[in-house]
Amino acid sequence: MKLEELRFGTELLKRGFASMQKGGVIMDVVNAEQAKIAEEAGAVAVMSLERVPSDIRKMGGVARMADPQKVIEIIEAVSIPVMGKVRIGHFVEAQVLETLGVDMIDESEVLTPADEQYHIDKKRFKVPFVCGARDLGEALRRINEGAAMIRTKGEAGTGNVVEAVRHMRNIMGEIRMLKGMDKQEMIDYARDIEAPAELVIECSERGRLPVVNFSAGGIATPSDAAMMMQLGADGVFVGSGIFKSTSPELMAKAIVDAVNHFNEPEVIARVSRGLGDAMPGLDIHTLRDDEVLQTRGR
Amino acid sequence: MDVKIGILALQGNVSEHIDAFVLALDRLDCGSSSAVVTVRHPADLEGCHALALPGGESTTISRLIDKNHLYEPIRNFSGGIFATCAGMVLIATHVDDARINTLNLIDMTVDRNAFGRQRESFETDIPIAGVDGGLFHAIFIRAPVATHAGAGVTVLSRLDQGIVAVEQGKHMALSFHPELGGDTRLHERFLKKIGV
Repeated sequence: MKLEELRFGTELLKRGFASMQKGGVIMDVVNAEQAKIAEEAGAVAVMSLERVPSDIRKMGGVARMADPQKVIEIIEAVSIPVMGKVRIGHFVEAQVLETLGVDMIDESEVLTPADEQYHIDKKRFKVPFVCGARDLGEALRRINEGAAMIRTKGEAGTGNVVEAVRHMRNIMGEIRMLKGMDKQEMIDYARDIEAPAELVIECSERGRLPVVNFSAGGIATPSDAAMMMQLGADGVFVGSGIFKSTSPELMAKAIVDAVNHFNEPEVIARVSRGLGDAMPGLDIHTLRDDEVLQTRGR
Repeated sequence: MDVKIGILALQGNVSEHIDAFVLALDRLDCGSSSAVVTVRHPADLEGCHALALPGGESTTISRLIDKNHLYEPIRNFSGGIFATCAGMVLIATHVDDARINTLNLIDMTVDRNAFGRQRESFETDIPIAGVDGGLFHAIFIRAPVATHAGAGVTVLSRLDQGIVAVEQGKHMALSFHPELGGDTRLHERFLKKIGV
């Protein structure tokens, strides 16, 4: 059968892809072997990157997109979607990942920003983007640039959930606050938070962001993941939390189960038993300003 | 009749399926006498006339069906099943991936990600047999196709790559996502088949 017109890379396809990830766990992996472990554990997708965030912290220097060879190996190793991280504003890294066949691009503050003024013009791409945000204004600016999915930033590589909680509470709380505003107040609020008024109004009407909203940045245990779900996340990204724990296979499965049963403490208790040590955590207050990743991009 | 529709809510785009069924039931003037509920445990299936298997990651959902002891209850479910995308993979008899514990409810062989990766996802208008009112706007996201359908299966639509819409008995399987487009003609056809 001849089809008249096939349309690729539309907003509906991008947001639709993101909505298929809901209720899922997306895991950071640095090679094919880790990707297989993640898939086996029930991850809905894997995020390919050169080093997990906690190693980026330790090693310092400029953190960039992963080696394309590694990305290809990961793509070939699994049948679930493969995402990839690029530096904020680095549209050529994004072009490269799109060419490789990556299913979603994470324009991520975890890598060293390439542009301190502009984010990538994501509407020019056929593949969907996910971007980090700390509050409603930041989330809506990214959506306005074409992000098909938001993840709250948290503070990656710390194994400390406190910032993930803060950012999810910010966004959910701001949306709840919109409920009590009339249209003029919302337009004024949109100006305050430097977000497009029509997107603020859309959030108010829907009672949520117009795109899927995951949690990220500091999730290290099944309880952390379930807490983020109870706070309103549509799903979670787990970075260093899996492959920096002492038993990655067990931790990965337990986090998938905890997200699936996020409202059932008895299940979370059962799956949390005997997992070995979670990744070592960092106290946020001990980080120097230049070690804080969440303030990159705004 | 009072009708109750369950949506399998283990992973995937559950809320879009709820919204689409609510809209379809409204359009059939059954909105007030119906309920759309989520299904996470075997007991949730009780009293349901139909079950939707949503889009999502089929390997993940298959694993969670087993873990939540839902495999036998879904296999033995007496109502109709409405399966889209990942759901079409799960409901088949044969799939090109041994990790999927297929439900064996529609006699067909399904290839996952048959069109390619996300950049090859597309939307287009397709003809569907038995659906009046012109072409159907179909949204294919890393979609599967059926490469073979058994004698008892009615093929409703086919593209060059394979079969994208089928019915067998009370069940319907689609490789695309009618729940994303606002067009409820396929939902309505399915609901009428189960007696709504």
